[in-house]
Amino acid sequence: MPSTESKRRSGSGWAQFRRIVSFKRKHLCIPYILFLALFVIIPIIIILVYAFTRTTETGQLEFSFDALKEFFSSTTKLNVLLVSLFIGLVNTLLCLLIGYPIAYLLADKRVNKNYVMVMLFIMPMWINFVLRTGATRDVLYMMGIKGGQHPYLATLIGLLYNYLPFTILPLYTTMIKLDKSQIEAAKDLGCNPAQTFVHSILPQTVPGIVSAAEMVFMPTMSSYVISDTLSEGKLTLFGNSIASSFNNSLWNDGSFMALVMLVLIFLTMFITNRFHKDETQERGRLW
Amino acid sequence: MTQNLTQNERKIRKNAILRKTIGQCVIWLVLIAMYIPIMVLIAYSFTRAANIGTWTGFTFLLYADLFNDAEIMVALGNTVLIALISSALSTVLGTCGAIGAFYSKRRSREVLESVNQIPVVNAEIVIALSLTVMFVFFQSYILGGSNVFSFWTLLIGHMVLQVPFVYLSVKPKLQQMDPALYEAALDLGCNQTQALWKATIPEIMPGVASGFLLSITLSLDDFIVTAFTRGAGLLSGDKSIETLSTLVQAKIKKGPIPPEMRALTTLIFLTVLAVAILVTIYRNRTVKKTRKGRKGA
Repeated sequence: MPSTESKRRSGSGWAQFRRIVSFKRKHLCIPYILFLALFVIIPIIIILVYAFTRTTETGQLEFSFDALKEFFSSTTKLNVLLVSLFIGLVNTLLCLLIGYPIAYLLADKRVNKNYVMVMLFIMPMWINFVLRTGATRDVLYMMGIKGGQHPYLATLIGLLYNYLPFTILPLYTTMIKLDKSQIEAAKDLGCNPAQTFVHSILPQTVPGIVSAAEMVFMPTMSSYVISDTLSEGKLTLFGNSIASSFNNSLWNDGSFMALVMLVLIFLTMFITNRFHKDETQERGRLW
Repeated sequence: MTQNLTQNERKIRKNAILRKTIGQCVIWLVLIAMYIPIMVLIAYSFTRAANIGTWTGFTFLLYADLFNDAEIMVALGNTVLIALISSALSTVLGTCGAIGAFYSKRRSREVLESVNQIPVVNAEIVIALSLTVMFVFFQSYILGGSNVFSFWTLLIGHMVLQVPFVYLSVKPKLQQMDPALYEAALDLGCNQTQALWKATIPEIMPGVASGFLLSITLSLDDFIVTAFTRGAGLLSGDKSIETLSTLVQAKIKKGPIPPEMRALTTLIFLTVLAVAILVTIYRNRTVKKTRKGRKGA
């Protein structure tokens, strides 16, 4: 558009000012950008600053690797990290093991035609999770599984209860989109049910499995209330460990652990991004 | 030959029935197991015993106790207020952000979207602590030590959790929208703001609504961010703001769930059940509508 271009150039200073200030649709995202910069980016920068500094006696910050050395030389902290990774893995596997067949059955028109059933599986997500965690603990206590005596078992049951709905939903959304004709074709070509599952159903549901695992693994590692309540403080997960560092005013150590958590999150994101492109929408649909 | 066929048919039908029964059994078994803790709490909400497991006679008194318990009522009020205020603000901010980003250059949109993704994948505890550290930093280096923790910090905390999800639920609606609509509104004499209000906003309304609902659920269920970023204010007055999550956590840290909260669980369960049924009805209706529409075309 050469004509408008020349008109713009010939405009007076005032007109130019008006043109810059005048409303455009893209200006709508300015408050949003400011919000993200202030409350998402700056906090992370501050965490980074604290992770690589040390507080001197006078309260000044000074560049140092103390927090890093402290973390990698502390057997308790490394232990907590390992235990959290292990619990996260076990919980993810348990959720998938139970959630996968349930999602398959719910999506199978020959078994279930009622959408209310799906809602019933998702509904616990809408009941306050602290209340649900307390209920699980009290009922387990009543049944004789006391968190103080069986911290791992009680915590795992609590985690499973909390994260099962989060596994079922993404799995269900991939299951209803299964290509039925491909499954039929596999059967017609002589696959037995097991072969059909391995060669047709499983590959088709990989994106669902990946996003379900993603919904469970990292949140489990960083969970705070569930492990604290169900194990009666006997089992410390990485999330509890970060929080207690901050509560004891060990900001530099706490920040470094938060940084470790961030690195782990971005690593898993990097790995899982290769499995599904539409991850963001999958997550959005969850609620 | 015909006999063979009927035999085969019978076998297939038998298999189908078998599959259905087994499938239904598995679904119900897991469902019942999932609801045991909530159901036990609901059952014991009709007796006044201090612990679940002991039954001291049927009564509705716990429900009366619940409504007379000022602590729980304040927490409930706070929870609802925070959910509504933060969701409304997040919805406006996120929707504007999504519209703005949609009409920005591709490069800047991509940068914005990757920043938007950070709170979505980040652990809640890291979000909570990074915000708290920033607030303390702000408090001690800029405000000179006066307390910054209040309702506003809590509000910001909740909005950080919600806004990215609002953005993500509005974005697909913008992509599906017919770009000619906005142009048509301009041609028909609207100025830019009017065109935005009359053409764009109605088109993306379903996305905005689902973003709002999502925000509400995120806010209602939040514990960690609330626990770290809260200060005095709202219905709690001079004391630190208690929401349902923080109150329940404080109680269950000391002992079993207080009896009145069992009654509360029943009420929450019934509310959620009603919402679930409404959602199903609404969904079935829209599915039917689209089917009819397709047939008509």
